Order: sequence, then C-alpha cells, then structure tokens
Amino acid sequence: MKIKMQDISKSFYGVKVLKNINFDLEEGEVHALVGENGAGKSTLVKILTGIYLKDSGSIFVDNKEVNVGSVKDSIDLNIAIVQQEIATLPNMTIWENMFLGRELKNSWGFLDVKKMKEITKEKLINIGLNIDPDIIMGTLPIGKQQLITIASALLWNKKVIILDEPTSALTTKEIDVLFDTIRKLKKEKVSFIYITHRLEEIFEISDRISVLRDGEMIGTNKTSDVEISDIIKMMVGYTMHDRYPKMKNTSGKTILKVDNLTCEPLYRNVSFELKEGEILGFSGLMGSGRTEIMQTIFGIIKKDSGKIIINDEEVKINSPIKARKYGIAYITENRKEEGLILDFSLSENIVLPNLKAILNKMKIIDHKKQEKLAEDYIKKLDIRTDSPKKIVQTLSGGNQQKIVVGKWLTTNPKILILDEPTRGVDVGAKYEIYEIMNELKEQGVAIIMISSELPEIIGMSDRVAVMHEGNLRGILNKDECSQEKIMTLATGGK
Amino acid sequence: MEKIKYYVKQNTPLFGLFVMMIIVTIIDPKFIQLSNISNVIRQVSINGLIALGMTFVILTGGIDLSVGSVFALTGAVLAKMLINGVNPLLAVLLTLGLGLVLGVINGLLIAKGKLQPFIATLGTVTLYRGITRVFMEGRPITGFKSKFVDNIGRGYVLGIPIPIIILIIAVLIALFITKRTVFGKEVYAVGGNEKTAHFSAINVDRVKIKVYALSGLLTTIAGIILMSRLNSAQPNAGLGYELDAIAAVVLGGASMSGGKGKIWETFVGILIIGVLNNSLNMLRISSFYQDVAKGVVILLAVLFDRKKYYK
Ligand SMILES: Nc1ncnc2c1ncn2[C@@H]1O[C@H](COP(=O)(O)OP(=O)(O)OP(=O)(O)O)[C@@H](O)[C@H]1O
Ligand SMILES: [Mg+2]
Repeated sequence: MKIKMQDISKSFYGVKVLKNINFDLEEGEVHALVGENGAGKSTLVKILTGIYLKDSGSIFVDNKEVNVGSVKDSIDLNIAIVQQEIATLPNMTIWENMFLGRELKNSWGFLDVKKMKEITKEKLINIGLNIDPDIIMGTLPIGKQQLITIASALLWNKKVIILDEPTSALTTKEIDVLFDTIRKLKKEKVSFIYITHRLEEIFEISDRISVLRDGEMIGTNKTSDVEISDIIKMMVGYTMHDRYPKMKNTSGKTILKVDNLTCEPLYRNVSFELKEGEILGFSGLMGSGRTEIMQTIFGIIKKDSGKIIINDEEVKINSPIKARKYGIAYITENRKEEGLILDFSLSENIVLPNLKAILNKMKIIDHKKQEKLAEDYIKKLDIRTDSPKKIVQTLSGGNQQKIVVGKWLTTNPKILILDEPTRGVDVGAKYEIYEIMNELKEQGVAIIMISSELPEIIGMSDRVAVMHEGNLRGILNKDECSQEKIMTLATGGK
Repeated sequence: MEKIKYYVKQNTPLFGLFVMMIIVTIIDPKFIQLSNISNVIRQVSINGLIALGMTFVILTGGIDLSVGSVFALTGAVLAKMLINGVNPLLAVLLTLGLGLVLGVINGLLIAKGKLQPFIATLGTVTLYRGITRVFMEGRPITGFKSKFVDNIGRGYVLGIPIPIIILIIAVLIALFITKRTVFGKEVYAVGGNEKTAHFSAINVDRVKIKVYALSGLLTTIAGIILMSRLNSAQPNAGLGYELDAIAAVVLGGASMSGGKGKIWETFVGILIIGVLNNSLNMLRISSFYQDVAKGVVILLAVLFDRKKYYK
C-alpha cells in the first residue's frame, strides 16, 4: 500500500505547527521521520491516523484520495500506530490489553479466553518476550509495556505501521529483535513510518529519511545518500560539531556510599561510591534493578538490608521528603505517571518539588516568582513553548521531558540521580541537557545517570556501573569502557 | 464577541446563576429585595460551610460522605456540655476539636489505612451516626441556655447575620489557602496526579489527613450554627447533607477525579442551590417537585459544564 500526504497544514489555537507538508510512503518501505522536539512529527502521523484532523491538504492511498476523519477510518485503511505516549490499561492483563475492543468469541458467543491467551503468548515470543499473558500490565516496567504495544500493533496484520519513538524505553537487545521483526514484515510488503531521536537507528533500519523543522519539511533523502551529520544539520539548522561536551575530571571527595544494599527480588548486595563532581553511569538491561536501587536511595522503595551513607554518616531515607533534605534529587524515567501532572501548566509543574522557593517574605505564594522561576528554566533548558502557562499535555514529548529534568534542578541538589534523562529528547536538546550536567558536575554536584543508550553512557560518564539481573557486575573506569565490555557484563558474561 | 463567548464558557456556573436570578426576579420581583437575598445567603451558610470543606476533599480526588453524621454528633456533644453547665466558649472549642478529630480519623483511614475515600467515609458515616444515637439515646437534646451559643446562629453584627459573616470569612480563608499557600498547591497536586506528587517530595498522606480534618472542622461549625438556630440537637440532624455539599461543589465545576476546581466556583454552586431552594419556595412549589427541579438543574448544569474538560 502506498500513501501520499499532500500540502498538509495544521494549527493549534492559532499557532501553525505544520506548514504545507508533503510526505509519501512506498510499499514495503521504512521511512524515517526525524526532527527537533516540537517539529511536528507526532502531529503529522496523528493526522494520518485520524487522531487529529488536518486543517487543509489531502491524503492519498494507492493514488486515491481518502478521508481520514476518525481513528476508525485509519483502522479501516489498515494503518496502525504505536503512539509516543504509550496508552495501556494498567489494571488489565496483557492479553486483555492486546484484544481490547476486538475480543475473540467462540461458537457460543462467549469470550474465547484460551485462544486469546495462546495468540498473545505467541506474539510476545515473536517479539522476544517470554512472559505470562496473565500478568497485569501496570506491574511491568514501561520498556516491556512499550514492547507489548508494538506486539499488539503487529498482531492486527496491518499494511502500514507507524512507530512513534518505539525504542525510547528499549535496550539494545530488544531493539535488535524489533528490527528483525520489521525486516521480516517488510518482505511481506508492510510499510513503516519510523520516528526516533536515536539517529544511529535510522541508518540501520530506514530506506529514506525525512526531516521536519518548525513544522516545515526540510527534505527527504535516500538513507544511503546521507550521513548522520547531514541529518543533524537539517534538523537543527546549523552544523553541530560534538555530540557530547568536553568533560574534565572534577571528582572530589566521596559523598554517597551504598553498602550491600539488598531488596529481594529486585537487587542484592549492591555496593558503590559516588564522588562530588563525578558522573557515575548505570548501564544494564531493562529490569536489571537500576531504577529500583535509585528509588530506594530516594526513599520510594524500602530496602531489606544494607546501608546508605552520606558524608560518612549512615542515613535512613524513608520518603522523598527526607531524600530532598539530604540534597538528593531523582528524575524519574516515567514522565507521564511519575514526573508530570499532565493537565497542569508548565510553571505549576516545574515548581512542585520546591514550593518553598516561590514563597515571599511573608511565607505566602508569590505567583510572579512562580512565573519567573518557570521562565528561567524555560530559557535554561530551551523548552519550546509560547507561554509558561501552557498545559504540559499539549507540549511535544521532548519538551515535556525537559520539564521533568528542570523541576528537580530548582532544588539545587547535591546528589542528582537522572533516570533516562534524554528519553525522547532531540539531538540539540540532548546536548543542552549534557551541558547542564557538565556544568553541575563542575560545581561539584555528584551525578548518577541511568541510561540504556550506550554511546551516551560512554560519552558522559566518569565511571560506568553495569547491572545484570539485580547484581552489580562491575564498575568500569572511563579508559576501560567500551560498548562490548558493557554489553558483556550486562548480559551476564565475564 | 469571541472573547465574551470564551469568558461565558469558562464561567458557565456564574452565568447560570445570573440567568436564574433574572428569571426568578421576572416571575416575582420580591426575590431581588435585599432582605430576601440576605435570607438566601443565611440559608446557604450551613450547606456552604460543609461544601467548602468538601471542595478541599474533592480537589484531592477524595470524597467525604461522613459530614452529615459529624454534623449531628458534634451538635449533640455541644448540647450535652451546655446542659451540664460547661463554660460555653470552652464547650464550643472542645466541640470544634472533636470535629477535627472525627475528620482526622477519616484521613487516617484513607491515608494510612489505604482505604478508598468512598469506602472509608461510607463506614464512618454509619459509625458516627450510630454513636450519635447511642449518645442521645435516640432523643433530641433541648433546654440549654447560653447567650453566646444563641448568638452564633441568630445574632447580628452591624445588621448582618452572624452565619453570613462566618461563611464569608470561611470563603476568604479558603480562597487564601488554595491560592497562596504551599498546602493549597499540594492539595491540587495530590488530586492532579498522586504519584507525581509523591515523587515530587510532597507528603501525600499528610495532605489527605489535613483535608479531611478541615472538612470535619467546617462541618462542625455548620452544625453549631444549626443547633444554635433550632435551640436543640437532633439525632437525625444533617441526614443527606453530604449530597447537597457535593452537588454545590460539582455545580461549581470541580472534577470529581481531583485537581480541578476553585473555591469561588463552589461558592457560586452554593448560591445556585440556595437561589433554587428559595425561589421554589417563593413560587410555592411542593417539596416533591422541588426535588425533581433540583435534580434536573444539577444534571443540566454539569452537562453544560462538561464541555470545558472533555472537548
Ligand atoms: N493538542 C495540542 N494542543 C496544542 N498544541 C499542541 C497539541 N499537540 C501538539 N501541539 C504543539 O504542536 C507542536 C508539534 O508537536 P509534536 O508533538 O507534533 O512534536 P514532535 O515533533 O512529535 O516532538 P517530540 O520529538 O518532542 O515528540 C508543538 O509545539 C506542540 O506544543
Ligand atoms: Mg512526538
């Protein structure tokens, strides 16, 4: 099936976010769509799937003009989408999620639960997940949920599949399985629109690349004709020389010591030290216990045993409030459920962890201070928004992520824990986040960064701790760090 | 024109109230007289105070079904203390303390016991009512004398009925709390996304306990006003009051799932119910039809207002 989008325009509240976009998709093609945060990528594919309505322009399927006025229309056209903000029903099982609204019935007209579970099981194995279809969705980490959503889009035998940042929560191994699946389906003439900020990926999987900037189509190229630096230049509009800032070794004295920390079955006997002015990377596969260790340090998960020592003193941290007192900040990987209040404004979100900062002398909330603080961080993090009063739900995914990072910086932390801080963030903005990390590091802030992107871990960390199934397998110094070495440890090798 | 339309859409309840007042005035001009308006506000002061507390609870995404029983129990305890000759000021303070404690119990069940607010207060509404009846042996308490307590429900300051003054002060304080205090911001955050609030180092449990305590306290003040006005405490006082309070909050446009709603909007909601009751009485409509009319108005109002949140 071929698709052509012609002269598509779209505005939200008078702001034009797509300007006369032309985009086409060949049969059996993987067409990558890239661009900065807020460039309009998600909006474009939402128009193709009837989630948003276009203001003007036309859509052709196999050279015939079609009307996509609702999600149902796009389903009838055999177009499926895995959205950037994954939407699962957290209280239902995996198989119920997969068959939602399209449940199979047996000849009596009752639900054919057995069959649905069997199919679910099979599809999960196809995508490399060997888990029980009866597991409740919400108990799984978001990476697994993302994989399951992809599996269910693949389940319905579509002709066109749109993947909006499908790999943002996946690890290398899972991405490989996903790519194998995509290649297999390509042979069956399925076409893909593939949106990502992980530019290395598109060179591995795509046939053509289109770049959007500020709602305009900058150009479409054959992947084999261009290099990554060309694409970056098209995206940001200037030549970017480095992907990571130059880092100095600024490590000082030890501020945090974790001693034999155990919380079964999540992780056990984890010991490490963190110095002021240091970035300690945490690498490992999804579910290897990294997030859980950090949430223990932050007072959200209770430990079974072991010690947390800050400045040579053992501390008991049983809530994020206590953690904040010790100067700890934790920036969650799950922005939608734990990081943001989606229907509150940008400024209301950014002040949350530090409401005291917006009190005036009489201990009364000063709304001007709130706006000012928000504006400072909008500038600092280059958040693309027309006003601090904008509801965060209506911001693009990457800009939402910047708010999650920014809100904890307002507390001036001494120990900053970042859990996948650049998930869904564009190259330019990534660099800005790295620069902020670097700046904080030079000021002596101790930083832990969990990341599933190996280049990022290697590019940013002074040392890298590698986890495998709840065990800390080793800590590598900068000079002994390589992708192979990390992957070997992360998969349980020696 | 666009602007006016937008403004009306954002403030549907307020314009609904105006429209209602105009219609009633056309039917019976007596409605708009100052004495009648003041009458309306005095009548709503009791429901108003309860609804204010309910607003805080609903803003956190909770609900307090126990208010009617708290209302009765605290009134009964005050009456008993007065009959037994306790100093009236002390008696009132102790009663307010009791109301606070009853609210805190709700809060603890919800925050620490991890019960759903509906279920927790479904339990305490029966429990508190039961205690009231045991305590009063099923009979009203009358015949206490205290100028101080009499004044709370029936007195005037500068010609303004004291219940109105209490209500207005409570509204102003509540406005201040929601708009200008850390606690107010925390209330909205907990209702907006409890998990995010927790991850943002907000003490979610404490916020919840506080809003139920506040609800208990405001309900108790309302109970004292009614008791003073009737000069008696009744075992069945306050039955069904939770519904009027919730109705006022919802009429104001708050969302039952929390995080959205404003104090002044609840105040508008309170007035809508007050005007409705008053005008239906003035128009001599029988009480059965009054309930029908009230139900219809509430449903219409929320249907209209729904557009604001779900496009
Ligand atoms: N429902 C909406 N209401 C108002 N503005 C919106 C809405 N949806 C998107 N926008 C705006 O449209 C612009 C494009 O957003 P879009 O989500 O398409 O960006 P994107 O390219 O997918 O970015 P990202 O890489 O961060 O996901 C942004 O400025 C965003 O704020
Ligand atoms: Mg997007």
